[in-house]
Amino acid sequence: MKNAIQINNLFKRFVDVTAVDGLSLNIKEGEIFGLLGPNGAGKSTTINILSGILQPTSGSAFVGGYDITVDSANVKRLIGVCPQHSAYYKYLTGRENIKLFGDLHGMPLSLINERSNHLIEKIGLEEAADRKSSTYSGGMVRRINLAMALINDPEIAFLDEPTVGMDPQSRRATWDFIEEFRQSGKTVILTTHYIEEAEELADRVGIIDHGMLIALDTPQALMEVNGGDNLEDVFIGLTGRKIREAI
Amino acid sequence: MNLQRIRALTVKDLLRVLREPANLFMIILLPLVMTLVFGVAFGGIGGSDVQYGVAIVDQDSSSWSGEFISGLNGSGILIPWLLEDANEGQEAVSQGKVSAVLVIPKGFGDSIDDFKANPVDEAAWTVTTLELSIDQGSMIAGSVVPSLVQQALTVTLYGVEALSPPSPVVIGSPVLVESVKFTQFDAMMPGMFSYAVIFVTMIVSQVFTEERQLGLLTRIAFTPTDASDVFTAQAASNLITGVIQVSVVFGASFLLGFRPLGGVAGIGLTYLLSLLLVLCNVGFGLITATLAKSSGAASGLAFVFILPQMMLGSFIPGIPENLSKLVPSYYVTQTLTNVFIRGASATSASSLQDLGVLGVYSLVVFVLGIILYARARAFRGPQK
Repeated sequence: MKNAIQINNLFKRFVDVTAVDGLSLNIKEGEIFGLLGPNGAGKSTTINILSGILQPTSGSAFVGGYDITVDSANVKRLIGVCPQHSAYYKYLTGRENIKLFGDLHGMPLSLINERSNHLIEKIGLEEAADRKSSTYSGGMVRRINLAMALINDPEIAFLDEPTVGMDPQSRRATWDFIEEFRQSGKTVILTTHYIEEAEELADRVGIIDHGMLIALDTPQALMEVNGGDNLEDVFIGLTGRKIREAI
Repeated sequence: MNLQRIRALTVKDLLRVLREPANLFMIILLPLVMTLVFGVAFGGIGGSDVQYGVAIVDQDSSSWSGEFISGLNGSGILIPWLLEDANEGQEAVSQGKVSAVLVIPKGFGDSIDDFKANPVDEAAWTVTTLELSIDQGSMIAGSVVPSLVQQALTVTLYGVEALSPPSPVVIGSPVLVESVKFTQFDAMMPGMFSYAVIFVTMIVSQVFTEERQLGLLTRIAFTPTDASDVFTAQAASNLITGVIQVSVVFGASFLLGFRPLGGVAGIGLTYLLSLLLVLCNVGFGLITATLAKSSGAASGLAFVFILPQMMLGSFIPGIPENLSKLVPSYYVTQTLTNVFIRGASATSASSLQDLGVLGVYSLVVFVLGIILYARARAFRGPQK
């Protein structure tokens, strides 16, 4: 299976902090890859570099075969990014928000309509889709945030904490949706600090702390090798801290 | 640049204006309300003719003085206001209550009686002098009041027929020409067009700071959208809003009686100048967004650009021209005043020169705004 993403010895240094510290890993096409770690571990910085809006200090990365430092325009045609903090226009309806991003990806109008209807149905927002987003609950906003990222049916989706703030029922529905998305051959890079989310969805998990990849394998293999009943135990075993404490 | 993206972002920005009451008020309702208020306060609503109050101190109290005062009243333009004391009349002029004070001295009736008894013997007349004082601040009253007083005096002495004595020269049938009367409202209107659009600075600065704070600009940067698409859409949406603003001001002022000179070319020039001013204020908005960290700060900082344009280049009179020339709104107000009020051609050298200056001014500010914002905020990656 081909690599969807290749990262080679990637560094990102800001003035007084190294956010990404020599990261190297390959993510295969059709894989759900969990990037696990506390806030500030470097997950979002890694996503920003891979999506072409942040220049690495050194190292290289290829997304869909394109070098992110010289071919970010092509990278952006392949990807969809669901940011950690919901970013949407409150004065637009949910449907208008989703369709706007279809236009920004340059999709044909008929496809935008078809795809937005499909996504609205999948996230269970049929009744509220034509209401102004300012009236939405926190969970509804998170779902719109996800649909806006996937309107272009991306080959590679970066989902940064996609279920934060969702009730258990919505979270479960979103997991099903992500799984279905993967089954259509897409690659998902899922950053999360929800242990159960990584265990449920990820084919492989990379545990990142202080910008460094400290473990990489399937959830099952990580638990077997490092001992423990879940990935939280694995994280404690590797760092001496709980993920939630470190947040 | 991509037209689909520009169109989508433009529609998004127009919906922001339409759906957020604060923006709708600032962009559409404020110019409308200002035009209506100024129109009612300073316009010629009601169509009444101009009249001048004249304080009259009748020290003679004769039948002739009474007839003379009736003649003044009959002009329909002079409104006699009878007082007992000349000083009181002077005070009324000073306070602007009347435009003139006329003192009819004792002996006025005797003079007329002597004249009637000896119309051709000048030596038999008793000469009296009417004392007329006029408000020096009113040039029109200065020219109108004396001639109407003289006319009323002539009628008192010689009768109405004296106004049209037999003459070997006659005036032909008059050709009716509509007179052009300008009110204070008309004089303010060119500045209203400037005033309407200068708040674009605040709107643009709020859009960019808000979208930056909410992570929307970063989110857009994750798509293939180019920074030029975003800036072009911002300019386009504000230019469309500007057309609506100018149309609203034109419509409201027309309803209130504003009939500018300059014809269709003048109207076209108004749109052109206003849209250039919009572009300039988009640039000011971007500079404001570059400096401000939050949308709240942007709202306050925007007044650094709005107030000088309002005070120096809109409808506020008495500003030294050299100072006004520093603000772009001056070139809109000045050119439209020349065309609408003074009757200059929309294509006169002066109009074209002001248009050129504003065009260059706007382009420089717009480009500067883009450069500063893009450099400071690194809107689109890759960021360093």
